[in-house]
Amino acid sequence: MQKNWWKIASVVLLIYSFTAGLLTRIPELPALEQTIRNLYFHVCMWFCMMILFTVSVVNSIRYLRTFDLKYDIYARHYATSGIVFGVLGYSTGAIWMSYTWADPNNPLFQSFSALAREPKLIGAAIALLIYFAYMVLRDSINDMDKRARISAVYNIFAYAMLFPSIWIVPRMMESLHPGAQGNPALDTRDIDAHMRTIFYPAVVGWTLLGVWITTLKIRLTILKERKLAQ
Amino acid sequence: MSAAKHIFTLFKKDLLLEVRQQYSFYGILLYIGATVLVLQMAINEPEDKVWNGLFWVIQLFICINAVAKSFLQESKGRMLYFYTVASPGDFVLSKLLFNSLLMLVMSLLSLLLFTLFLGSPVQKVFPFIGLVLLGGWSLSLVFSFLAAIAAKAQQNAAIMAVLGFPLIIPQLLLLMKLSNTAFNPVLTMPVNTLLLLVALDIMIIILAVILFPFLWKD
Repeated sequence: MQKNWWKIASVVLLIYSFTAGLLTRIPELPALEQTIRNLYFHVCMWFCMMILFTVSVVNSIRYLRTFDLKYDIYARHYATSGIVFGVLGYSTGAIWMSYTWADPNNPLFQSFSALAREPKLIGAAIALLIYFAYMVLRDSINDMDKRARISAVYNIFAYAMLFPSIWIVPRMMESLHPGAQGNPALDTRDIDAHMRTIFYPAVVGWTLLGVWITTLKIRLTILKERKLAQ
Repeated sequence: MSAAKHIFTLFKKDLLLEVRQQYSFYGILLYIGATVLVLQMAINEPEDKVWNGLFWVIQLFICINAVAKSFLQESKGRMLYFYTVASPGDFVLSKLLFNSLLMLVMSLLSLLLFTLFLGSPVQKVFPFIGLVLLGGWSLSLVFSFLAAIAAKAQQNAAIMAVLGFPLIIPQLLLLMKLSNTAFNPVLTMPVNTLLLLVALDIMIIILAVILFPFLWKD
């Protein structure tokens, strides 16, 4: 029970953010209006993705320090979960975008090419592509130790290159997406005080959920490996 | 022997191989020439934006072709020999140095051919040449390290492209944006972006020195 408190916390925080996020008062802004509630979901996905990718890199470093295959399994599963949250971030963003950015006189499909040029979208696409490449690299090597070592090296290298691509470069280009000057999600002057009381718990809740899913997958993989070893 | 001497010896060995075999140098030269000729036949005088895009995309492909063989050419036995005589840091630095030199020459040659065959929208010649050299250097550093990874994965150059394209997009975007300022006499080149590119290059060198020892052991 002592070890499970964070799983309970995750469920409680998510229930809180869903109910409070959909029911309580929000600042009425032109163009955004009710769609601003998507902040509790869309932004949380990206936070969760970045945290999971960071955990994956930390595990890759731990693998290179110890050569314990356990950490390789950790790194791999945290990266997969990160990809899932990234895809979810994209889909929630697409829904939001179709209500706020898309030209109402044009069908969404036609305004797509204009919207896809958005630097933040390119940055996020790069992040996902890097981790897809990580998966391709892993699958292309048969030897277990070699696979772990080479993919750990690529993971660290790619993560270091990812920083400029999603944190620096989009801020140097003109963009419709909020957050061109600094970090709107963490800036206390940028986001409504009431919304913050729901937004931060939501981030924590989603992150804990991501970790929970990943630990289940890790445990399953380790059990399978053990069965194979017998 | 000091580290610098080691690096220089390994670098000289690569240079000597290149001078004796020459096939990769002329191969890439032919590649640049053929591409530029096809482009000239397809679009005679491209607009500034098209010229810019084509130039950097072709730099990217030249780089993949030029750098791919640097690690792939070393056979298993020869790698084992290097393992006994050199330290991994020296080895990777000598490779980075050689690939940088190769790519700098290739970038200048492709700029020359582009200007000859496709005309040139460049207004500020010397800043643009500097930018081309910086861009070629950045590309060669990233792809040299990825070539080391691809060689260890016993894969061909295809996996290098898969691994490298997402990583290189931000740098290419920055380079294209900077080149646009060289086409317009009114705009000035933002120094911050240039410094960011240089900082990225330095980071790649440091990462390569730290991470290569793990790739090198078999």
